Amino acid sequence: MGMTMTQKILAAHAGLPQVQAGQLIEADLDLVLGNDITSPVAIKEMEKMNTKGVFNKDKIALVPDHFVPNKDIKSAEHCKCVREFAIRNEITNYFEVGQMGIEHALLPEQGLTVAGDVIIGADSHTCTYGALGAFSTGVGSTDMAAGMATGKAWFKVPSAIKFVLTGKPAKWVSGKDIILHIIGMIGVDGALYKSMEFVGDGIEHLTMDDRFTIANMAIEAGGKNGIFPVDDLAIAYMKEHSKRSFTVYEADADAQYDETYTIDLATLKPTVAFPHLPENTRTIDEVGDVKIDQVVIGSCTNGRMEDMRIAAEILKGRKVAKGIRCIVIPATQKIYLECLEKGYLKTFVEAGAVVSTPTCGPCLGGYMGVMAAGERCVSTTNRNFVGRMGHTESEVYLASPAVAAASAVTGKISCPCELAD
Amino acid sequence: MEAKGTVFKYGDNVDTDVIIPARYLNSSDPAELATHCMEDIDKTFIDKVKKGDLIVAEKNFGCGSSREHAPIAIKAAGVSCVIAETFARIFYRNAINIGLPIIECKEASEKIQAGDSVSVNFDTGVITNETRGESYQGQAFPEFMQKIIKAEGLVNYINAK
Repeated sequence: MGMTMTQKILAAHAGLPQVQAGQLIEADLDLVLGNDITSPVAIKEMEKMNTKGVFNKDKIALVPDHFVPNKDIKSAEHCKCVREFAIRNEITNYFEVGQMGIEHALLPEQGLTVAGDVIIGADSHTCTYGALGAFSTGVGSTDMAAGMATGKAWFKVPSAIKFVLTGKPAKWVSGKDIILHIIGMIGVDGALYKSMEFVGDGIEHLTMDDRFTIANMAIEAGGKNGIFPVDDLAIAYMKEHSKRSFTVYEADADAQYDETYTIDLATLKPTVAFPHLPENTRTIDEVGDVKIDQVVIGSCTNGRMEDMRIAAEILKGRKVAKGIRCIVIPATQKIYLECLEKGYLKTFVEAGAVVSTPTCGPCLGGYMGVMAAGERCVSTTNRNFVGRMGHTESEVYLASPAVAAASAVTGKISCPCELAD
Repeated sequence: MEAKGTVFKYGDNVDTDVIIPARYLNSSDPAELATHCMEDIDKTFIDKVKKGDLIVAEKNFGCGSSREHAPIAIKAAGVSCVIAETFARIFYRNAINIGLPIIECKEASEKIQAGDSVSVNFDTGVITNETRGESYQGQAFPEFMQKIIKAEGLVNYINAK
């Protein structure tokens, strides 16, 4: 029986010629990732294990990004724990404030994730690296601890859903709109325990940043991973960013899929997920009059260069509406610097937005944009659960950077096509 | 192995943000996390829960973030088992890895009501509702997962190997 792309990667890392859905396997890991929230728990667990140290100091990435620069004393203690662990174990890829970025934007940029890898990360959005043709999935701290100690993890081989993307997206339709459309279609548990494999000639119209956004939100449909085929654009990205060799896997022609969906990207419209689930989607023309208090443009979902460019183009020469707080967060130091060089930071500040150092802060209601009761935010982040960005009576509307930037200008959820020239 | 207690009942898509809100993730102390368990979905939970009680929910329990703090908080609050129609996959792994028993059973999820007295046999997967005189067949754990749970988590299991 044929294997899916994911199954082929897992088989190769388990040393098996063939695997099938449902099989329990132990796979070798190419990278183990943790952040300042999950790593302290993992470090505590690892210290309870009878191990001499980490399995490979080059194959662990520690990225304090959630509550840094330290938001309070307790966060500072967590970061100190991670920093000291990194020093003690001579971890090559520890990223201090000043070098760090939001983990899932940072690692591909640093060339640490390439096609054919098996990657686990103690962060649910670890599925992002599927954009490069890697198998990558989120785990908890104990799995991270076992991964750091042994270089291995157990997996139940997933079955898959195939998404055939065709056609070219219209102006203002981005990767975010595509994945929100898909989550709206299949629901927040529509891909539970499964791989989401994206194929089709529509992919050639998607930038790498679009693909990172799509793979990033596979978890919001319950998916184990999201994965793209490795085309010339992905190869060019890896060659630009990484010195590592990579392996391209392709699904077998007779691979089995639980379901197949065909989506004509040309028919999609900018899409917004209403509170309090990412599946509560409406196209921009169905949104109605939703007044807002805050806009967040950033995160592991939409804090990359392409996202900054689109936001800057919309905000250039315009003003954030009176009474609206617009928070822009370039996801890495490199992106921040490029925004500086291209004049985007000036554009954001002149428009009346604030620009923050890289942090996950507002996305999970940590800091840098926490909301009060009754407040509403249009956010390019990935979750709009109850209380996600602050008070349980606040509301998060998930959207693309284009819709978020346009909404900052009008003060209500808006399509950029509505803005006057 | 068995769990037995009174049921707290919730619906679909109970996410990790309501199980343990991120504003408390500057701590990793189980006892401290437990004091905020379920706070954003049920403010009275932590005052009412007794050691051995169970949580029963519907689809996709534990969706959202990978924070192991979620099952840690539930376990530290004294909950002996979580029953749901389905679990989000990272929560499922995390619960097993820290030794919090969880079991999937659609029928139990539909029929058990808040306040019911329920017991679960982990070896057989049989869930008994003493209040209603009913029993439901849940999915028993594969053997290696039972071993991890009996060892009170993956770390002890690895150490014992």
